[in-house]
Amino acid sequence: MGLGSLQHDGFMTTRLDKVINWARKNSLWPMPMGISCCAIEMMATAGPRFDISRFGSEVMRFTPRQCDVMIVAGTVTYKMAKVVRKIYDQMPEPKWVISMGACASSGGMFRSYPVVQGIDLFMPVDVFVAGCPPRPENLLRALLELQKKIEKERTIGKLVHGERIHIPETGATEGASTSA
Amino acid sequence: MNQEIIQRLKAQFPDSIEESDEFRDDLTLRVKTEDIVKVCNFLKNDHELAFDMIVDLCGVDMYRPEGRFEVVYNLYSLKKKKYLRLKILVDEDNPIVDTVSVVWSGANWHERETYDMYGIKFKGHPDLRRMYMPEDFEYFPLRKDFPLMGIPDSLPLPRK
Repeated sequence: MGLGSLQHDGFMTTRLDKVINWARKNSLWPMPMGISCCAIEMMATAGPRFDISRFGSEVMRFTPRQCDVMIVAGTVTYKMAKVVRKIYDQMPEPKWVISMGACASSGGMFRSYPVVQGIDLFMPVDVFVAGCPPRPENLLRALLELQKKIEKERTIGKLVHGERIHIPETGATEGASTSA
Repeated sequence: MNQEIIQRLKAQFPDSIEESDEFRDDLTLRVKTEDIVKVCNFLKNDHELAFDMIVDLCGVDMYRPEGRFEVVYNLYSLKKKKYLRLKILVDEDNPIVDTVSVVWSGANWHERETYDMYGIKFKGHPDLRRMYMPEDFEYFPLRKDFPLMGIPDSLPLPRK
């Protein structure tokens, strides 16, 4: 019996990676890291008009333990960077980051001493969103881009081939610095 | 009203008011630095004036050799519906001023902010910690000699 005959009975064959990625990408629970005005647009994205739940990401969780994607929405100061990083570290793997808006992505209009000139200086970022603040459509686009990215990831393959999932060092908040 | 304020103050403290300036009915007084608390106490508790609210307290860096810093007190009298501005000079070598948080407790955080940004210390303040910058930060960012983008390596970031 070939696999082809199974398909007629409501079965299909695929790779396990694909199934896992399909499940992951359609239920990305966001960590709403709303630290300034971008958060308002993020809330609008969650509201009925733009409705982020169409893409499976309506479950905003306020504990990092239950989140998959951190949406950093706002100006990150040096003082706040430690907090953002700590919350990111507390999220379980696999995890992704959307850097929403000009401030989070590059410091934005705050080219001055207290503002981190882009959150990629202290944490990994998957998708950057332009705008000040970005329209909700723009954030949804970022989510779709992230979903495309997740589709291509290796999941079970990583384990089978002995690749270790990257776990960041804990307590990594001291010592390192940047030249502003 | 402005002349009345000056007269009442001069009668009470003949030497404390160094200079007065009036612009569009707004009165600004330069007060002797040492006398600020006693002048403030009088302004608040005097029944005729009753400057019972401190609207704002801030520092200024004039960046000059003598009397580099200023501390500015913006007062308001709810009874008389009248604003008043006091200014004092602070030296760079010894930037210490008596606290007015004992007069208006609302000045507490304003003085902390002024300390955080200019390094002006307020003697007798109950809790003179930094307001915005991290507590181990060593500089005062609103001083004119502080670079806009900060001192490299002075603010640590988490390791990537």
